[in-house]
Amino acid sequence: MSASVNAAPAAGAREEVVSLKHGAGGRAMRRLIQETLTAGFLDAPVDGIGLAAMDDGAALRVGDRWLVVTTDSHVVHPIFFPGGDIGRLAIAGTVNDLAMMGATEPLGLTCAVIVEEGFRRDELERVQRSMQETCAEAGVTILTGDTKVMGRGELDGIVINTTGVALTPAVVPDAGLRAGDRIILTGTIGDHGIALMARRHGLAFDTELTSDVAPINALIRAALAAGAGSVTAMKDPTRGGVASALHEMAEKSGVGVVIEEPRVPVNPLVRSAAEMLGLDPFHIANEGKALLGVRPDAAERVLAALRAHPLGAAAAIVGTCSADHAGRVVLDTGLGRRLMTEPEGEPLPRIC
Amino acid sequence: MLETALTGAAELKFRDPAKARALAHALERVSGEVGHTPVSVMHVCGSHEQSIAKFGLRAILPRSLNVIMGPGCPVCVTDVPEVDEAVVLAQDGVRIATYGDMLKVPGTSRSLADAQTAGARIDVVYSAAQAVELARDTADEVVFFASGFETTAVATAAVVLADPPPNFSVLSAHKYIPPVMEIVAEMPGTKVEGFLAAGHAATITGSAIFERFVERHRIPVVVAGFEPLDILAGLVKLVELVRDGTPTVVNMYPRCVTPQGNRNAQEQLWRVFRTTGGRWRGIAHVPNGNLRLRDEFAHVDARKKFQIDVRRLWDHAPPTLTQLCICGDIMAGIASPSHCSLFGKECMPDTPVGACMVSSEGTCRIWHQYGGHPDL
Repeated sequence: MSASVNAAPAAGAREEVVSLKHGAGGRAMRRLIQETLTAGFLDAPVDGIGLAAMDDGAALRVGDRWLVVTTDSHVVHPIFFPGGDIGRLAIAGTVNDLAMMGATEPLGLTCAVIVEEGFRRDELERVQRSMQETCAEAGVTILTGDTKVMGRGELDGIVINTTGVALTPAVVPDAGLRAGDRIILTGTIGDHGIALMARRHGLAFDTELTSDVAPINALIRAALAAGAGSVTAMKDPTRGGVASALHEMAEKSGVGVVIEEPRVPVNPLVRSAAEMLGLDPFHIANEGKALLGVRPDAAERVLAALRAHPLGAAAAIVGTCSADHAGRVVLDTGLGRRLMTEPEGEPLPRIC
Repeated sequence: MLETALTGAAELKFRDPAKARALAHALERVSGEVGHTPVSVMHVCGSHEQSIAKFGLRAILPRSLNVIMGPGCPVCVTDVPEVDEAVVLAQDGVRIATYGDMLKVPGTSRSLADAQTAGARIDVVYSAAQAVELARDTADEVVFFASGFETTAVATAAVVLADPPPNFSVLSAHKYIPPVMEIVAEMPGTKVEGFLAAGHAATITGSAIFERFVERHRIPVVVAGFEPLDILAGLVKLVELVRDGTPTVVNMYPRCVTPQGNRNAQEQLWRVFRTTGGRWRGIAHVPNGNLRLRDEFAHVDARKKFQIDVRRLWDHAPPTLTQLCICGDIMAGIASPSHCSLFGKECMPDTPVGACMVSSEGTCRIWHQYGGHPDL
């Protein structure tokens, strides 16, 4: 092997194969998508929000309303985890992506299931029941679907894709933050990722950690109603956690975000587990939370509406947008200040 | 609202923002009373930098105080020939067990991670004991490539003394902290007026070990813990000693550190290891800075057990970027990562050029992890 092969590749160099870090929801993933998958599709004229916006979904103008479409494929290990399973995740994930665009009343979902040969039928039924229950919670149904079976070893267990469509009178992008806006977080962070980590690595705690996976369209509907046009941006902090979501919002909006760490709700068990594992709760995935940018005069009103809903009981105003530090996220730790960083690659094995 | 189960009051007590602000004010006042600016003090521990960065403490340190990051990362100061020895052994089919941080440390032409990609067997372990277990489970030769300061060296000593299996041996890259403080104190480029010593190493050595150093160099040493308030209180005490011109050793971590330290651990350490001079990467030749196995443990010493010829790695040219790396200056405390043209560009955690970007204790890695702009 020649020396040049061993030399560290420059950070800007193109990599020849896709690695796990490209699926981690951070900068590497955004770069891969921009460099490969979206090529040739970005220039097509779209009346509304299209691929170029790289938002949670697309929004097309239909008369005086918007048709919002979003799609998401779900893989998770283990398939059944504390607080949920892949079925609940597949419904909540897509319902929440619609909600993040302001579309909280889905017209319906599609569902494509790819199953590995040898997958247990009773487990498939359990997943299906969970999807049914979660659909009922979200007030949505599955309109059409597709099923494939692949040979043993050709995929790992089960993959579920769901697509959601909805109509909404107003779209909320993830790029609408303005200086002065308050950042509201709808609840505790890190629960989903840490619960899966604990299960996967056999970490025992007195109280079991549970995932927060849930459809939050009703919660968001309440917030939007209370905000009456004052909610400027929304994003759900899934893969890559709050850190990646905030970076994306700050970058696209061209504002700086200052987060006050002491105001960020974290379950003490999650905090301890994260510290033990050397993980940053801001990097950990959530599946039932949202970040909202809200005009300052409406922030308390929106917060009250969120807290009145069971899924938003721990909601808090956690930060402010400013014209300084544009595109950056500053963390005020209560003891000092530093930049919040995005996770580099996957902080843990796949979790959603 | 939420159950408080694991997060005890003990942890939060040392993270109290109001107390931190009070200490920061005290630090500003005391630094102003020294009579010159800036006052320069050095910590010699990656865990101190971790805490300073994680809690954003640099943003509240007074401008009149310069807290320099010293050579506090044992992985970072592991020298190229030591990595080469491990790489050669690995290429010869020996199983290498080592701490995860050691994998990407660059050698002359390749790292252990490169050797692994090329087919060598490298096992990441979390403790010396785990490396011994690995040896017990196999007939293959297992070499524990051991790194770390006094704290981890004690763990290595313990397994050497516990009658390990015959296929187990140790390639020691262990380092001993007190001698390098002498080197840094005498470096012409540094103007260190006080040292913040690492609390966990001092639990082993005891705080009294710094007495001789203080006598010789007339520089105060404060032993400090790792919570934000530990560090701030340690810095206040250190700058007070600088201000008063009273070079003494003060133990600000008495809940863990005693003057004598852990006698039992010291006994084990010195039964197994002796100090010898050697190069610390990027710093200098450090007399008595390396820990090597004593002759009576030759049967467990990989350097005696195997013929390790590292010369065959030398016909590969080192990567050119390495020549631009300023890890040495950063570890000696005369430069910071923002002075490096590679930092955050060619040199990233995924593609480290220098050892400081490899280890979670390394200054560059810490700065990168926590944003790289400590003054906000």
